[in-house]
Amino acid sequence: MKCEHCEKPATFHITELTGSEPVELHLCEDHARQYLSENEEETNVASNSLAGALAQQLKLGQTAEELARLDKQACPICGITFFEFRNHGRLGCPHDYVCFESELEPLIFNIHGASEHRGKHPKRSVLGADLQTRLIRLRRELKEAIDAENYEEASKLRDEIISTEKQAEGGKS
Amino acid sequence: MDFNPNLSQLSSQCGEWLRGSGPESDIVISSRIRLARNLADFPFIRRCTDHDKAAIERSLREKLSQSESLQNLMYLDVSQLDQVDRQFLVERQLISRELAESEGARSAAIDTHEQYSLMINEEDHLRIQLMKSGLDLEAAWDQINEIDDRIESCVNYAFHERLGYLTACPTNVGTGMRVSVMLHLPALVITRQIEKVFRSLQKISLAVRGLYGEGSQAMGDFYQISNQITLGRSEPELLKQVGDIVPVLIDYERRAREYLVKESQKDLHDRVSRAFGILCTAQTISSEETMHLLSSVRMGINLGLISDIAIPTINQLFIQTQPAHLQKIRGAELGTADRNIERANYLQRHLRKGGLDELEHN
Repeated sequence: MKCEHCEKPATFHITELTGSEPVELHLCEDHARQYLSENEEETNVASNSLAGALAQQLKLGQTAEELARLDKQACPICGITFFEFRNHGRLGCPHDYVCFESELEPLIFNIHGASEHRGKHPKRSVLGADLQTRLIRLRRELKEAIDAENYEEASKLRDEIISTEKQAEGGKS
Repeated sequence: MDFNPNLSQLSSQCGEWLRGSGPESDIVISSRIRLARNLADFPFIRRCTDHDKAAIERSLREKLSQSESLQNLMYLDVSQLDQVDRQFLVERQLISRELAESEGARSAAIDTHEQYSLMINEEDHLRIQLMKSGLDLEAAWDQINEIDDRIESCVNYAFHERLGYLTACPTNVGTGMRVSVMLHLPALVITRQIEKVFRSLQKISLAVRGLYGEGSQAMGDFYQISNQITLGRSEPELLKQVGDIVPVLIDYERRAREYLVKESQKDLHDRVSRAFGILCTAQTISSEETMHLLSSVRMGINLGLISDIAIPTINQLFIQTQPAHLQKIRGAELGTADRNIERANYLQRHLRKGGLDELEHN
């Protein structure tokens, strides 16, 4: 594919998300640099906000299709889609940091300039994290079962929640 | 915990951050640290059902009230408070605007000395904040760290080995810690150097906000300086990052004050005296004008241009003349016009005595 402004091959595929519709741009390196520096002032202001930092991350190297696919990805635990996170800047549950890890990683690095925690740790072990995550999922499934008037399923889920809560409690050190 | 709180009790007292004491308290109003924490077995607030929020609120409240080491807490069901009471707590910096304005089950537990408060179901499940008068970050950290440890002994926090404490917004992940110092910088504002200072702070990843946090204007020349980064640095490193810049800012402000005294003593004295005069004699006055004038008077006292009025008195006037405070003190709901009259009366009563005589003698 050729650059939109010259004969060179387009190596930068930018999806601009500032308008109502995503706009795709295909540019060579020189024109991409020019385009991005034109927007620099705006970007600098935006990078102070989370949404801005995220938009900056996603602008480079992703086609509209890739982005659309990414937006549809949902966390199996809390059900939040990446699109919802991208729009509101808030995650849905602790597990999102695991299931959206590859998308969040560059964003987190952009915000903090680091990717590893160096501060305090909880004194007791956090080995029960799977059980805690399971509880979030089970509670959501319970609500969905009740909403769908599927009471048999709801009753099963309620039992599972109680036993998981007991296990999680027992796991405390 | 006291389940029948009397907020009027708070309105008569000064509150930790307005005591006007502590190191460098002519310029540094207060030091504050907040920690963001979440329970491991619930979704973050955005994906919580009403049922989840109620369960989180109940569970945390029970655990906090059972903790023997967290005594003397006043428990407030924020969802049941009226608008004036919520605003009153925001003005005292005991709860955030976000907690005051959001919906659903949410609460706050406030230490009766107003040093620390715990917010349940704010942006994160739990926000712990601690305030100290003046510049005292290390002591603030020791205290809040201990509170956090005590809570953690009975609660499972969402924690990730590599990323640290997990928060609803990735901007807080890691330590979940925001360290902020509130400074009074009137001379840097008058000498128009403040913008320059802020630009250089932003370059080193420090945020500057107004008196009431994000998006609020720098009313009364008060500015909060805080860390933007929460991941990849330990808590002591973050304290140091903010703590190291404060003496530099204090020095800039002092030099700007010296410059004003040296180069435009008459103008400065005139500004301070006029501000004092208006505050003592106005018949109706807005909150914004009050803050602006009190700021000049506060600097005037620090520079010895006004005597007989103590800094804590002025600090207290900053807060007592806020809209919800005036209404709580008066014990009635007041519209804007009535508040402006009430505010003028309040200022006259508290400033005229002593202060004016002093001014007339000068």
